[in-house]
Amino acid sequence: MTVAETAGQAAALAGPLTIETLSDARRRIADAAQTGVLDLSQVQALDTAGAWALVSAQRQAVAAGRELRLANLSDAQRQLIETVTAAFPEPEPKRREIPGRPGDGLANLGQDVARGLSTALQGLAFLGEVVAHLAALVLHPTRLRLTPLFHHMQEAGWNAVPIVALMGFLIGIVLAFQGATQLEQFGAEVYVVDLVAIAILRELGILLTAIIVAGRSASAFTAAIGSMKMREEIDAMRVLGIDPIDRLVLPRVLALVILLPALGFIASIAGLVGGGLMAWIDLGITPGMFRTRLLADTDVSHAIIGLVKAPFFAIIIGVIGCHQGMQVSGNAESLGSHTSRSVVQAIFLVIVTDALFSIFFAVWGL
Amino acid sequence: MGDVLIKVRGLKNQFGPNVIHEGLDLDIHRGEVLGIVGGSGTGKSVLLRSIVGLQKPVAGSITVFGVDLRTAPRAEMARVENRWGVMFQDGALFSSLTVRENVEAPMRERTGLDAETRRALADLKIAMVGLPPKARTLYPSELSGGMRKRAGLARALALDPEILFLDEPTAGLDPIGASDFDVLIRNLQQSLGLTVFLVTHDLDTLHATCDRIAVLAERKVLVTGTIRELMRVDHPWVRSYFHGPRAHAAMLAAEG
Repeated sequence: MTVAETAGQAAALAGPLTIETLSDARRRIADAAQTGVLDLSQVQALDTAGAWALVSAQRQAVAAGRELRLANLSDAQRQLIETVTAAFPEPEPKRREIPGRPGDGLANLGQDVARGLSTALQGLAFLGEVVAHLAALVLHPTRLRLTPLFHHMQEAGWNAVPIVALMGFLIGIVLAFQGATQLEQFGAEVYVVDLVAIAILRELGILLTAIIVAGRSASAFTAAIGSMKMREEIDAMRVLGIDPIDRLVLPRVLALVILLPALGFIASIAGLVGGGLMAWIDLGITPGMFRTRLLADTDVSHAIIGLVKAPFFAIIIGVIGCHQGMQVSGNAESLGSHTSRSVVQAIFLVIVTDALFSIFFAVWGL
Repeated sequence: MGDVLIKVRGLKNQFGPNVIHEGLDLDIHRGEVLGIVGGSGTGKSVLLRSIVGLQKPVAGSITVFGVDLRTAPRAEMARVENRWGVMFQDGALFSSLTVRENVEAPMRERTGLDAETRRALADLKIAMVGLPPKARTLYPSELSGGMRKRAGLARALALDPEILFLDEPTAGLDPIGASDFDVLIRNLQQSLGLTVFLVTHDLDTLHATCDRIAVLAERKVLVTGTIRELMRVDHPWVRSYFHGPRAHAAMLAAEG
C-alpha cells in the first residue's frame, strides 16, 4: 500500500520518486492526486524527474479546474520543486504537418541536379587552383617541400606495392585461366599470351591499380585534411600565410603523379608473371615460350598506352581526395560522408576517364 | 561534513617513464563542492579521468559509493556510472545529434522511459541549465562556446546524478558568461543536492563555488582546505597561486 488516506483530504505518498521509478511514481501521484493534497513527508528520495512528475500533476489539476497542494515538504524538496517549476518546459505548439504536393518530387530532382552541378563546378575550380599552383611551382621549383612529398610517396606509393602486386598477380592468373578454357575450344591456346599481355598492359593493370589507390589514398587524404579542417588547422595555416594548397595538396597530388605509373608498372609485371605461371601449369606453355611470344607479338605501344593514363588517374584521385577533405565542416558525420564520397567519386571518374581514353585511342587507331 | 563518497588511496598514474601521480590520497564528501587546482601538467584532468574510469591507474584504489572500481563487476560498475555525470571541457557533445537528443541519449541508453517523458525531462534539463527553448533543436556546431558548455552540463545532469564531475567549466568563457556559470553550478548544486568535483584554473570560480580546494603538486594532493586555510600554507606554488595579483583581484571581487 503506497497511498495511505490520512485524516482529512491529504494523501501520503511513500517510496522514492526518482528517474528509475518514474512510471510507477507517476501512477502513485495520479492515484493520490484525487484528494487535492499530497503529503510528501514519507518520500525518501526525490530527484528532478520525480519533481517534474509532481509539477506536471499540479499543472494537470489546474488545467482541469482543480487544485493540488503539496504538504510537509522538507527544505531541500521545496527548493528542488521551485527550481523545477521555474524551468518547467512549456509544451511546444504542434508543428503543422505540411502535406506533400504533386510538384515536390520534381522540385527535389531539380535541387539534386543543381547541387550535383555545383559540386562538379567546385571540383573543377579546385582542380584549376591546383593546376595554377603547379604552374607556379614550375616557375619557382624551390617552393616545393621535399619532406612531405617523400612522406606521401612512401605512404601512398611504396606502402601500396604489396597489395598492388598481389592484385596484379591474381588478375593475371584469372585471365590466363579463363582465357585458356575459352581458347582451348578451337585450339588457339597459345593466344592466351596475347590475351593476358594486352588486357593487362593496356587496361587492367593500371585501371585496377588506380582503383586500389583511390580506395587507399583518396580516403586517407580526405580524412587527414578533413580532420585538420575540423580542428581549424587549415584556418591557422591561412592566417600564418602558409598556403594549404602548397603545403597539403601539392605534395599529395605530386606523390601520386610520380608513383602511380610505377605502381601500375609493378601491377602489370606481376600480372604477366601470374598469367605466365597459369599458362605453364594449365596449358604447358613454358616461361621461355611465353617470353618469346610476348616479345614477338605484343607491341610496346600497349604498355605505353597503359602507362600514359596513370598520371591522369593520379591527378583525379589526388585532387578529389584533397577537395573533399577541404569540404569537411563541423561534425564527425560530415567527415565520414566526405570520405566515402571521395572514394566513390574518384573510382567513378577514373573509370569514366579510362573509357574516354579507350575511345580516343580507338579513333586514332592506336 | 557528510560521509565520504569518493575515496582515492595511493593512486599512481604513469605515461611511459613520466610519473603523473604517486601516492595520491583524496576524499570527497557528500554535498560539497571540491575544487581541484594545480599548475599545467600536474594531472588534474588525469585524476578526473582516473576516477570516472577512463584512465586505468598503475596502482592504488578508487572507491566510489563504497564500490572499489578496480574489482567491481560490470553490472555494479553500471550502477555506479548511473549515479555520476561528467561534463567534459568543451562539452564533448555528440556532433550528429541535436541538443535535446544529446540530453536524451543517456536516458535512452540507461532507462526504460517512453519517448514523450524522455523528451519532457530533456527539455526540463535544458531549461534548468539556462538554455533558451530554441536551443533544443540546434546541433552542437550551431552553438556558441558557452551554450555548448551548458548543453554539456544538461547532458551530465540527464540521469540525476549524485556526483557531478566538471572539467574546466569556465575555461574559454567571457567573464560575464563565466560568472553566470559559477552561479548556475552553485544553484544547481544546492537545489539538486549534488556533490561536485570541479577541475579549474579559474580563481573566481574557486571563490564563488567551492567549499573546499585540493591542490595538486609534486605528484600528489599537497594540501586541502578552504581558501582561507590555503592562503596560510607555506609552499612556493600554493603561495604564488593564492597571493598572486589575480588571486587578490578575485578575492576582492568575492568580498566586494
